[in-house]
Amino acid sequence: MSGVLVVMQQSGNGWHRMSWETLAAGQQLAAQTGQKVYAAIPGHNVAQLAGELARKKMDRVHALDHELLGSYTADAFTAALEQLIRKHSPSVVLFPHTYQVRDFAPKLATRFRQVLVSDSVGFRVDAGAPVFVRQLFQGKLNVDVKLGGAEPHFVSIQAGAFRADQVEDGTAPVETFAPELKADAIRAKPGEPFRESARAVDLTSADIIVSVGRGIKEKDNIPIVEQLAKALGGELAASRPICDSGWLPMERQVGSSGQTVSPKMYLAVGISGAIQHLVGMKGAKTIVAINKDANAPIFEVADYGIVGDLFEVVPALVEEVKKAKS
Amino acid sequence: MKILVSIKQVPARDSQLRLDAGGRWIQENDLAFEINEPDAYALEEALQLKEKHGGEVVALCAGPARASQTIREALAKGADRAIHIEEENLAGFDTLGVASLLAKAADTEKPDLILTGLQSDDLGYGQTGVVMAELLGLPHGTIIMAVEKIDSGIRVKRELEDGWFQNVEMPLPAVLTIQSGINKLRYATLMGIKKAKTKEVKRLTAAELGVTPSPTASIERIYLPQRTKQTQLMEGSPKEAAAKLVEKLRFEARVI
Repeated sequence: MSGVLVVMQQSGNGWHRMSWETLAAGQQLAAQTGQKVYAAIPGHNVAQLAGELARKKMDRVHALDHELLGSYTADAFTAALEQLIRKHSPSVVLFPHTYQVRDFAPKLATRFRQVLVSDSVGFRVDAGAPVFVRQLFQGKLNVDVKLGGAEPHFVSIQAGAFRADQVEDGTAPVETFAPELKADAIRAKPGEPFRESARAVDLTSADIIVSVGRGIKEKDNIPIVEQLAKALGGELAASRPICDSGWLPMERQVGSSGQTVSPKMYLAVGISGAIQHLVGMKGAKTIVAINKDANAPIFEVADYGIVGDLFEVVPALVEEVKKAKS
Repeated sequence: MKILVSIKQVPARDSQLRLDAGGRWIQENDLAFEINEPDAYALEEALQLKEKHGGEVVALCAGPARASQTIREALAKGADRAIHIEEENLAGFDTLGVASLLAKAADTEKPDLILTGLQSDDLGYGQTGVVMAELLGLPHGTIIMAVEKIDSGIRVKRELEDGWFQNVEMPLPAVLTIQSGINKLRYATLMGIKKAKTKEVKRLTAAELGVTPSPTASIERIYLPQRTKQTQLMEGSPKEAAAKLVEKLRFEARVI
């Protein structure tokens, strides 16, 4: 009863990038707890992907191959992984905390009377047992979570918490596992993924982005921040709640459900910095935050900050930028 | 359509959080509480589905006595009745325990559809709905941005990452976790607030539902996160702070 099993995720014909970050976490957890590490790739015709995994440092690759795993459904993925886990009894199962994992991993954990310790940002090993770190209250507080109950334990890893380039190379045998799945046990009928419309705004190519959040209070105040974007020669963007309210179009949304950007400067105005937003912008070279709450999580990633009322600070900043540029 | 909406009461969004003496939770005595935001969208979606297809909306909430305020607000907005699983020590239950309480209560109602928010703003495990579905043996959809009734059940629009979506069809009954922004929230009317006082709130306890706490994942310690970056904060009046910031952005970061 041991071993760390990392469940990888496909995206299109390749890998979801968070899979590698999770594999890095799995390798580190296995090394620090003296366990073996395995990876599983569920899908259909996954031989080539399994072959890529076989060149990483691990003890075995599980190619979880079935026609009914070709397009994702929670019913098929849960049944397939349940069978694999019951066969091999790992002590910990790690997932990347993707939208897909959020859809099936809690269901899978429930089959084992366990809870998915979701969206973990790290771990430490305490007397041989891992303790995982999670964020609460949208990133305002951290907690150490101790895993209890019977193994296996289920944990998902937050985007960017581990580095994909730290995955160690090696060689591993591939074992193909064909789960028993029945088409009539799959209740959801998924359609093809689609995008709402062609994106007119490509935030990913902007050098400077000025982004606005809930702190702006109402739609009529948006021009205050728009003026700052104009003065800096940057694009205007927003956090999710602003686009949800229809104050700015969805295509200007930065975050896990919007665009992921890494401009030279990202200036966040009235954005507290919930993790769903941070994952979309923390790759920016310089991050500036203006917020009334000194404890807002946005200051954890900001290089420069002003704690204050944005309705006073932003107009002053527009004046200073104009002065500097003239 | 009979729709059950599972809602949670959480500390208000702008709360200044302080750790309790034991370092295992926050001080709750001086906090204001409100409905978990994604749950507010789930409630709104239920009310709109009822307006379109008829039926009943039942609000379900597990929480201490103070949660009755949030339940009253849901009734004022238009829920027909409510079930309050009154439990002062909900922290003793993990997500599986809470979902078991909710599933047990939901099971007696036999709804056509169960809606809840995709995650809570406090614990943020993001799985109560999915676990409920598994415990009830129902299909589910997560991070839902549209719900449409069709002959064979429902068609939902699931949000994927990076601006992608997917339509999924499934039979009823089913459980959906609703994403914020799926609809426009309504305010309670004066008439609604008045009516809410006469609506039925059924009270249940964990003991009555036959669920005992057996936490698997437990909180060992709660603490302020360590900053990964040292933020240079600009002090002074708004004008002074703005001038200092522009100076830094020009000559240190060189982005202006």
